[in-house]
Amino acid sequence: MRFTKDHEWVRLEGDVATVGISKHAAEALGDVVFVETPEAGRSVSKGDSFAVVESVKAASDVYAPVAGEVVEGNAALANAPETVNADPEGEGWFAKIKVSDASQLDELMDRAAYDQYLATL
Amino acid sequence: MSTMNTVGRPTTPNAVGHDYKHPTLTGGRGLLQDEHLIFESDGWGKTGVDLPEPKADGSDLGDLVRRDPIGLPGLSEPEAMRHYVRLSQKNHAIDLAIYPLGSCTMKHNPRLNEKMARLPGFSDIHPLQPQSTVQGALELMDQLAHWLKTLTGMPAVALSPKAGAHGELCGLMAIRAAHRAAGHGLRSDKPRNKVLVPTSAHGTNPATAAFVGYQVVEIAQTEDGRVDIKDLEAKLGDDVAAIMVTNPNTCGLFERDILEISRLTHEAGAYFYCDGANFNAIVGRVRPGDLGVDAMHINLHKTFSTPHGGGGPGAGPVVLSEALAPFAPAPWVVSGEDGFRLEEFAEGEAAQAFGRLCAFHGQMGMYVRALSYMMSHGSDGLRQVAEDAVLNANYIKARLSDLMSAAFPEGPCMHEALFDDEWLKGTDVTTLDFAKAMIDEGFHPMTMYFPLVVHGAMLIEPTETESKQELDRFIEAMRALAQAAKAGDVERFKGAPFHAPLRRLDETRAARQPVLRWTAPEGSNIAAE
Amino acid sequence: MRYLPLTPDDRSAMLAAIGAKSIDDLFVDVPEAARREGFVDLPRVAGELQVERALGAMAGRNVAAGSVPFFCGAGAYKHHVPATVDHVIQRSEFLTSYTPYQPEIAQGTLQYLYEFQTQVANLTGMPVANASLYDGSTAMAEGVLMATRVTRRNKAVISGGVHPHYVAATETVVHAVGVETQVLPAAVDAEADVIAQIGPDTACVVVQTPNVFGTATDVTKIAEAAHAAGALLIVVVTEAVSMGLLKSPGEMGADIVAAEGQSIGNALNFGGPYVGLFACREKLIRQMPGRLTGETVDADGERGFVLTLSTREQHIRRDKATSNICTNSGLCTLAFTIHMSLLGETGLRRLALLNHEAAVKTRDALAAIPGVEVLTPRFFNEFAVRLPKPASEVVERLAEKRILAGVPYGRLAPAAGMDDVLLVAATEITTDADIATLKSALAEVL
Repeated sequence: MRFTKDHEWVRLEGDVATVGISKHAAEALGDVVFVETPEAGRSVSKGDSFAVVESVKAASDVYAPVAGEVVEGNAALANAPETVNADPEGEGWFAKIKVSDASQLDELMDRAAYDQYLATL
Repeated sequence: MSTMNTVGRPTTPNAVGHDYKHPTLTGGRGLLQDEHLIFESDGWGKTGVDLPEPKADGSDLGDLVRRDPIGLPGLSEPEAMRHYVRLSQKNHAIDLAIYPLGSCTMKHNPRLNEKMARLPGFSDIHPLQPQSTVQGALELMDQLAHWLKTLTGMPAVALSPKAGAHGELCGLMAIRAAHRAAGHGLRSDKPRNKVLVPTSAHGTNPATAAFVGYQVVEIAQTEDGRVDIKDLEAKLGDDVAAIMVTNPNTCGLFERDILEISRLTHEAGAYFYCDGANFNAIVGRVRPGDLGVDAMHINLHKTFSTPHGGGGPGAGPVVLSEALAPFAPAPWVVSGEDGFRLEEFAEGEAAQAFGRLCAFHGQMGMYVRALSYMMSHGSDGLRQVAEDAVLNANYIKARLSDLMSAAFPEGPCMHEALFDDEWLKGTDVTTLDFAKAMIDEGFHPMTMYFPLVVHGAMLIEPTETESKQELDRFIEAMRALAQAAKAGDVERFKGAPFHAPLRRLDETRAARQPVLRWTAPEGSNIAAE
Repeated sequence: MRYLPLTPDDRSAMLAAIGAKSIDDLFVDVPEAARREGFVDLPRVAGELQVERALGAMAGRNVAAGSVPFFCGAGAYKHHVPATVDHVIQRSEFLTSYTPYQPEIAQGTLQYLYEFQTQVANLTGMPVANASLYDGSTAMAEGVLMATRVTRRNKAVISGGVHPHYVAATETVVHAVGVETQVLPAAVDAEADVIAQIGPDTACVVVQTPNVFGTATDVTKIAEAAHAAGALLIVVVTEAVSMGLLKSPGEMGADIVAAEGQSIGNALNFGGPYVGLFACREKLIRQMPGRLTGETVDADGERGFVLTLSTREQHIRRDKATSNICTNSGLCTLAFTIHMSLLGETGLRRLALLNHEAAVKTRDALAAIPGVEVLTPRFFNEFAVRLPKPASEVVERLAEKRILAGVPYGRLAPAAGMDDVLLVAATEITTDADIATLKSALAEVL
């Protein structure tokens, strides 16, 4: 699993990357009340805002950590946004993206580097 | 002594039951009634308005006629009075106690203003009557404009914006129009497409700038809560359209370098938009025109006492500099030899108007109230308004600073005192908890968690209409609560409020499963859609 | 000064507590060059009596609608407002409270907003409504912006029957954001002309019923055409009472309703403050502008109400907010909901019929005048007539006779070439005598 400075995580399986927000981000947001995930077929560039997450106290855009085409948005979040709080790095994933350039993942942090980064915040 | 009646009502409290607490059986609590929704009343066929029987049946309209039930219950007059009076008793109000919401300026609302706004000559005139029949109304708008221009030292004012945020939109659109006229429009070769906004700004500033197509660039803040001039200078350039600075700023501080800020802005060819939300702190003592401001909205409901009314209506006239005045939106009130007239389109004197912001001419009802307030105070009273507002805030700051941590302890504040939550460290009480405990003591909380640049912010704005006695009462309550927090009386805060009409509400639930309207319970035969 | 409680002694004591020598010490941060000594050049403090006299004199120079036969409409209507309404909205707890940010001590405001939202939803025939916007015209602008967000398209097709001020207010705002508008030529009865203009880039079509000429239209077909092309239908209503007689926008397939609520509970006020009603389909609520009140429970499980979905708003989203609005029309909303609660469905339907009846009588009276041509085929309480003379001239002549005869269409749209068209409205306040007076005076000046 790799992380961005904007607290998205990405996990690559084959050429499909699953993307979500980190545990740290979910905790910082507080109770998540709404998630808008992208529809399948949408192509995104790295850094594009491709989803929205709202809690009672904040609303944030979620940025694509890698470029590619959205294969699936996590439709289950529409009716159960609390999943993002309960299991941010598992069931609370946002979208699956068919990655166009897997080397983009190399620029992201691994868990240890991300933890170190969090410590500096 | 002859026999006395010993059967009557005891006139002193019974000794028993002193600390006996229990929920009531009906949901009512003393004077607080448990009030249902109008849709839960039995008024599905009632009406509280006696109207003659219509002769028309609408049959001439054929298929256009609404056949299905609409779903609107009716109440007789006594039921309606009860319903709304019962609801009213669940609201805090300035008329009840100090309402120290920082940046909101909850001051007394003079009832003369209400009386004046209800004169039929103002309230019962149509916006499109012949102008010959509304000369007094146009005169009132002209007078209001004169007061606003004189108090701000600005040459022009656009009256029509319907609230502060609408005024911001008006100001930025005037700025955009001016840049476009000068060849620096957003789609030109040399676009000015950035607006600089300090980090401490009210959320509407970046929202408005982004709304009209500008890229928002944040300006850093100095240690002492002001705009960082060096950062501003670095970010100013020929791509900057405007800066938006609130002065006094949202930390309740006057921007000491304001003249330098406006000079640098103008040298860079940008305009200075001032958020006038806090004009009440300086009215009569400082004219924004003397500070180099190009556009500033004035919330009539803040500085000039029109009622907040539970969230509106507001009014947000925008004063404009010479450079921006030609772009003010229609309508304009124009004074001529044979009286006043409205220029309702971008033509004549208003040929360069950037358009129109709303139907008709703006918030007349608010204009009457604001002018009534200004005329009552006069130039001397208004100066006193600013002085007393600032004095009251500094008094609160001085009397609470030993227990609570002022965010900017050095030097005076303006009309509001800002504290952070440093002093709550280790108490397990948060700003929110503290605010909710204030409710139990009978006070409306201060503004919390704003401005964002101060951790756990508590922004207290007393306004000039609080007496010293009420301030002292407030201060004593704050001190008592602060001491309780420090003494570890955490329960008092965590569960608060205990004594309000309701306990803390579950906002997460409201947002996750939004229920935004009443619907008939399943199985009921109520005629709602 | 009667609004300032501090005495000179208080001020000295407080300065001493602060450690300041004079009030000037508290203004030291103001640059010297910007400090003003002495008073601004404006009149000094004035007592109630003086202010009442001055403002009363100004008010006296206006002709109040209630003092003359009155037939003006065009987006602002004179109705009788029950005495209860103005009494209740002046209660301190409503008049002098702020936006309900502390729900525990603002349930009064929150509950009436919730009731208001339900009333507006039912009145417009829509699933949900917000807690109001500034007025009908800004509601229309917000509706167009919302439609572009929902459809990710960039063009609005606007019928020629929409109130010209509404069109202008909308264009000013949406053009600033880069949204295109196509406004059809003014026409008395041509709402359906928008259908031919719907294209793959159309975000929404905007129609008004009854339109600015008073024409009531069944927009069902327009809704179908819009939906078939993936566009939204926005229905504008400037006379809220009409929905007590005419099919609701929701029933006819509207996706968004932007309406003016002034007619219920609110005075003419020379154009403001008014109350914008805004309703939409359920699936669009996250894109809806303005405040929303929602139901929830408190810590003890008691039902209560809170402002909700506020992350859409500027104070949290800042530069990503759905709109920059942070005010609703609070007290005007309260006036609306009280008046509506008093009317109930029974009263509203009756009121609507009385309006229609008065307008039909007025139409019949004017139609009998030689040279007057009635243009509006089907109407609620307002219709257009063509006069043999410029309407503004006629209206001025009648005003001299103390009759407010209506609104010349040319006042709203001078470039439309319809200077001979007069918009005439009648409501429950219109008497037979008013109609007779208008008829004879109009015949005289033509």
